[in-house]
Amino acid sequence: MLRISAVSAKPRFVIVVAICGCLFSIAQQTMATPFIPLSGAAVLETLPSRNDPLQKELGDLRTALVSKPGDLRIAVALSRRYVELWRDGGDPRYLGYAQAALGPWWNQAAPPQEARVMRATLLQSTHRFKEAMKDLDAVVERDRDNAQAWLTRATILQVLGDYSAARSSCERLFRLAPHLVAQTCLSGVESLSGDAAKGYGDLLTALKNAPDSSIDIQIWVLTLLAEIAERRADFVGARGHFEKALALGVPDNYLLAAYADFLLGQGEPGKVLPLLKDKLQVDSLLLRYALALKIMGTVRAVEATKARDMLTQRFDAARLRGDTIHQREQTRFALELTDRPDMALSAAKENWAVQKEPADTRLMLQAALAAKDPKAARPVIDWIQKNRLEDHVSNALSNQLLHAAAS
Amino acid sequence: MSKASVLSSRRLLEVLRLPILFFLTLWLVAHAGFAQADKFSDSYLSLKVNDRTIEGQWDIALRDLDVAVGLDQDGNGKITWDEVRTKHPAIAAYAMSHLRLTSNSGICGMGVNEQLIDNHSDGGYSVLRFTATCSSAVKELTVNYSLLFDRDPQHKGLLRLQTPQSTSTAVFSPDHPEQRFALGKISAFEQFSEYVVTGIGHIWIGFDHLLFLFSLLLPAVFIWSGKHWQPTDSFRSALIDVLKIVTAFTLAHSVTLTLATLHLVSISSRIVESGIAFSVIVAALNNLFPLVHGRRWIVAFGFGLIHGFGFASVLADLGLPQSALVLALVGFNIGVEVGQLTIVALFLPVAFALRHTWFYKKLVFLGGSALIIVIATVWFIERACNLVLISG
Repeated sequence: MLRISAVSAKPRFVIVVAICGCLFSIAQQTMATPFIPLSGAAVLETLPSRNDPLQKELGDLRTALVSKPGDLRIAVALSRRYVELWRDGGDPRYLGYAQAALGPWWNQAAPPQEARVMRATLLQSTHRFKEAMKDLDAVVERDRDNAQAWLTRATILQVLGDYSAARSSCERLFRLAPHLVAQTCLSGVESLSGDAAKGYGDLLTALKNAPDSSIDIQIWVLTLLAEIAERRADFVGARGHFEKALALGVPDNYLLAAYADFLLGQGEPGKVLPLLKDKLQVDSLLLRYALALKIMGTVRAVEATKARDMLTQRFDAARLRGDTIHQREQTRFALELTDRPDMALSAAKENWAVQKEPADTRLMLQAALAAKDPKAARPVIDWIQKNRLEDHVSNALSNQLLHAAAS
Repeated sequence: MSKASVLSSRRLLEVLRLPILFFLTLWLVAHAGFAQADKFSDSYLSLKVNDRTIEGQWDIALRDLDVAVGLDQDGNGKITWDEVRTKHPAIAAYAMSHLRLTSNSGICGMGVNEQLIDNHSDGGYSVLRFTATCSSAVKELTVNYSLLFDRDPQHKGLLRLQTPQSTSTAVFSPDHPEQRFALGKISAFEQFSEYVVTGIGHIWIGFDHLLFLFSLLLPAVFIWSGKHWQPTDSFRSALIDVLKIVTAFTLAHSVTLTLATLHLVSISSRIVESGIAFSVIVAALNNLFPLVHGRRWIVAFGFGLIHGFGFASVLADLGLPQSALVLALVGFNIGVEVGQLTIVALFLPVAFALRHTWFYKKLVFLGGSALIIVIATVWFIERACNLVLISG
């Protein structure tokens, strides 16, 4: 819907495209009033078909749960299935269904272990990290061998920037999970806390030694390798890992977003468009798509405006319901798409107070620079130095900010 | 066991075996900081309040309605306008049973006017346009929202509430399903008068209370001689008799109304309703075969206790504000009393004037009492046995 063919940069084409775009956007606006479809056969919404094997399986699990409402195994299995569907790029409504499947256990102070791990997974999926940590701490307290809990715990701690605790959580996994899984967990933490070269090398070796790993795991590992390489300014290495991951054929949304960011950083926005064009229902991918269009300039100006307006609508809708899940995306939206540095800086601060991944750190520094407020970046720069974060972008931005503060 | 169910239970077993392959699930958490979500389920509710009517528009996502009422009838994954159209009654019933609007004058009745389609940034929505009508101008509005919460606890209802003066917004979630809005200044006096009017209305419309009262009032212009009813000479004694009856009735129902409203006593509505019907029978029978004559106020008091429980259920249906419970109780009681006294004021002079006539003695008094007995007996059987004979 966003694509309007603009094959040539000739001015005449630009005008034609611009007029088409205007008409299209007017048509869209008039459609914003409720209407009665002209034909009874008009398709108003597309859903997964009931004949889809996965939907059938969900149906069976639901039926089983209705006949045995207190069955923990069925409830957790159904909940897990829903989260998997969501993870594979599905509707976030599945997270709600997953919560409903846990039924009475959702509100219990101390539900059974399986339900509690599942609850933590759901809580962290909606970025309720503190509540998720409380559940996971309680689970590992009672069951030191719960691999799932240790991994989820390590992931959250890494997002929160507590690297020493994340590291010890990952170390638990070596005894409980496949080596590659444990190593990926550990390398991720190491790459952010001063041991990037070691983490990268160990992970490469671990991947080589486990060629039969599932595709899901391989994509996860390759994406992390690419990210570490990129942060260390090894762009050839990063591109290689990204391309290998994509070649596996089933890229998840995280991989697509990371690769799009890489391409944008390398000044190749033209490659972002075909990569994401069928995934624009996902806000974070629409954001990258809109950014690519913006960078491409006048040729794509109409489409860029449309994409930006669409994102504005989505973020407005999220704000209305009081969501803070999109904080990182909203910061980037304000900073890079709508050029409102003050707004971006306050969003970046709020975001950084919660999550401290390299993407968040970069945004915080960029926003401080754009808002000409180097003081705001001071705690972030200290934090980078303390944790010895190896990231060429953050380091360059830090230097710029330090210069700005000094002059 | 059928072949299909064997197959499906085998598939179920495979799914349940999954926890063993735990590393598949490990992946679930790998990118915690990344906002995977596009858009959660929301509905958009707009209410425009104008005096005592509320014009509503409610946009509910088709994919949510599919989960709730099953829109995709052929299961092909495509929801067409025909599929939506045939489900309009089910959609309206589902939506309206998950929204309650209560104003300062009680629950506002709602009806869906039309159903349209709209496209939001995340897909197709069914648009329900409805009108809610409240008993009087809306000064305060309580909105109870429960759409989809049982199926999707992440669902939220986004409300936009407009009055001619202002616009406000609110978000409904499973943790906040009920919210109250003050739309204009509502004084304690206005609220009090509201309940007085409700009380008066209830006596006038509440046919069973009225018949009970009439049964007791009809003989007020007579005196029992020991063998039959004699017209009284004194208007004053008739008036005193009536005042005693009305006051006893009011006192009695005030007591039980208060007890029931404060949840100190509760009696099943079936017992209360049949008790009220029974009281009417007894009061009317007493006119034909007098057992109690001089002290009919005792009967009024005794049965007034039962009628109080009936009033309480009316008051409960109004959705009483906890903050103004006493105000509401007193107001409602005074309203009932005023309603009764008005009836007495109209009835007594006419009855006194006609007390010597055949019309009053035979037709109104005896015929009326007999008719009341018949009606009340039908009620009693219906209510006690949960049957529908004639009324209802």
